[in-house]
Amino acid sequence: MLKEKRAAEIVTLLAKYPPERKRSAVMPLLFMAQEEYGYCSDEAVKEVAEILFLDPTEVKSVVGFYTMFHEKPVGKYLIEVCDDLPCVLRGADKFVSHCEHKLGIKAGETTPDGKITLNVVMCIAACDRAPCAQVNGDYRVSLTEESFDQMADELTQN
Amino acid sequence: MPTTLEKHVLLRDEDVPNIREFDVYVANEGYAAWKKALTTMQGAEVIQVVKDSGLRGRGGAGFPAGVKWSFIPKDIFPKYVTVNCDESEPGTFKDHQLIKNNPHQVIEGTALCAYAIGCNVAYIYCRGEFMEPGKQLQIAIDEAYAKGMLGQNILGTGYNLDVYIHYGAGAYICGEESALIESLEGKIGQPRLKPPFPAVSGLYNKPTVINNVETLANVPPIVLNGAAWYKQWGTEKSPGVKIFCVSGHVKNPGNYELPLGKYSIQELLDMAGGSSTGLPIKAVLPAGSSSPIIPTANFHAKLDYEAMAGIGSVLGSTSFIFMDESVNMVWAARKMIRFFKHESCGKCTPCREGTFWALNLYNKLLRGDGTMDDVNMIATVNKQIVGKCFCPLGEFATSSMTFTLKHFKQDYIDFIDQSMGGSADYLVELERDHALPGMVPAH
Repeated sequence: MLKEKRAAEIVTLLAKYPPERKRSAVMPLLFMAQEEYGYCSDEAVKEVAEILFLDPTEVKSVVGFYTMFHEKPVGKYLIEVCDDLPCVLRGADKFVSHCEHKLGIKAGETTPDGKITLNVVMCIAACDRAPCAQVNGDYRVSLTEESFDQMADELTQN
Repeated sequence: MPTTLEKHVLLRDEDVPNIREFDVYVANEGYAAWKKALTTMQGAEVIQVVKDSGLRGRGGAGFPAGVKWSFIPKDIFPKYVTVNCDESEPGTFKDHQLIKNNPHQVIEGTALCAYAIGCNVAYIYCRGEFMEPGKQLQIAIDEAYAKGMLGQNILGTGYNLDVYIHYGAGAYICGEESALIESLEGKIGQPRLKPPFPAVSGLYNKPTVINNVETLANVPPIVLNGAAWYKQWGTEKSPGVKIFCVSGHVKNPGNYELPLGKYSIQELLDMAGGSSTGLPIKAVLPAGSSSPIIPTANFHAKLDYEAMAGIGSVLGSTSFIFMDESVNMVWAARKMIRFFKHESCGKCTPCREGTFWALNLYNKLLRGDGTMDDVNMIATVNKQIVGKCFCPLGEFATSSMTFTLKHFKQDYIDFIDQSMGGSADYLVELERDHALPGMVPAH
């Protein structure tokens, strides 16, 4: 249970918001749940709802609205490549095709071993260093086909 | 990136190595404005100097910051400062650099704003994708607490201030101030009806100032050096310096900090090394996907709020996306509509349905099934969105249609006449839209 496993962190988190406004912690708690369970499962949603005295439906609506909350499991490594306008002007479309080819999956899919999920995403504010991506949230910028291959090989072996 | 300033006012990390560290920041006039304000100035005086400086909001709307602060009622407590670091407009990456490489200046600006309006809690709302650069911001906040610049009884003055980071989770709309507040309150990020404006009823229905990261980063040097010092740059109506994010088909993309009103779009392009592809530049989006596109014929316009309005465009978030002659504007407009279709919050019908149908029509063109009737239909759908939306996002969505049709109608005609749709590249692109998280596929 999140409440027990991350008890100290939850206390610190809730202290950031006024006493009667604990609902503000719903997104940070969902990120925490996602760290623990890999995605926002129904069970995780219920746990967060319980901590905040909310209805699970309300928490679920938050999960559904924001794209960074996953409603289904993703791979151990989530590679999110930007294919928005500024990046595509600098070759991101062909770069994504290369990523798909290298990993043997289409964007939106996970490798059969469950290691890597490849997604395309909207602008991630690193347009000056396109093509760019995030791997489990960390920026990887000025990517080339070669640097991607190397990164993919390392992730696959980990 | 190069600048024509003697030294940077905002991107000081480019002049001073490691300014992200507390000691280095302090050795370079860091927190001097904070000490000055806390020990020698009243809140109202801080507001006055920011007002006098003419500093305008750097998030896009350009509203005078000091005036915004003066709207906060004095007798209602608590009040809040929320810092808008949701930077999500395609082509914008200035706040990213600021929080990562010069975070103390952002914190000091936030603290000065809080002190000015008499508030004791500030939230920095960062987009969820900024958790990595946000770590640097958190380190800086922790340092500021440890060195007594934040927390209880700051510098022995009896003034208390807490600053917290709050992360979003992937939603462009949360850059709209009232949607940001909803999100910070733990709800889905849909905008509120205005009025009341946040200054009257914002976070937790209390008086709230919302300012962009870059706006607040301007405040410490203004408070330290005075309004006249700041006005040495810029024009009468657009004073000061501004960070321009340059991307697309240029040799040296990056952040350029420049005085407002001094240089033209063409000069900015030249500073960025000109076209990177060998082909001439065809147009620029001056404020990301939401801005009216500017053809090269208007590249003489100076970079300030008034001059950009004068050529029928905006300065906005100053995210200059340059595109060369190879770019077909039907394709570019589709890419932008796809963004707004994905990011529409769904609250109001014109935006939710309008972007959906517009994307359908553009997809049809790219698939190769389109006719001039569809192009005319795009204009009709566009008309059903303009002026009918609950918040500015819907309006933003229409810019790509309105202004590519206005300036590059020939691209649309050629697209149909020369049967440019249906190419393998376009089909791959359309198929890939289905993989976008949170995208309900259009037809």
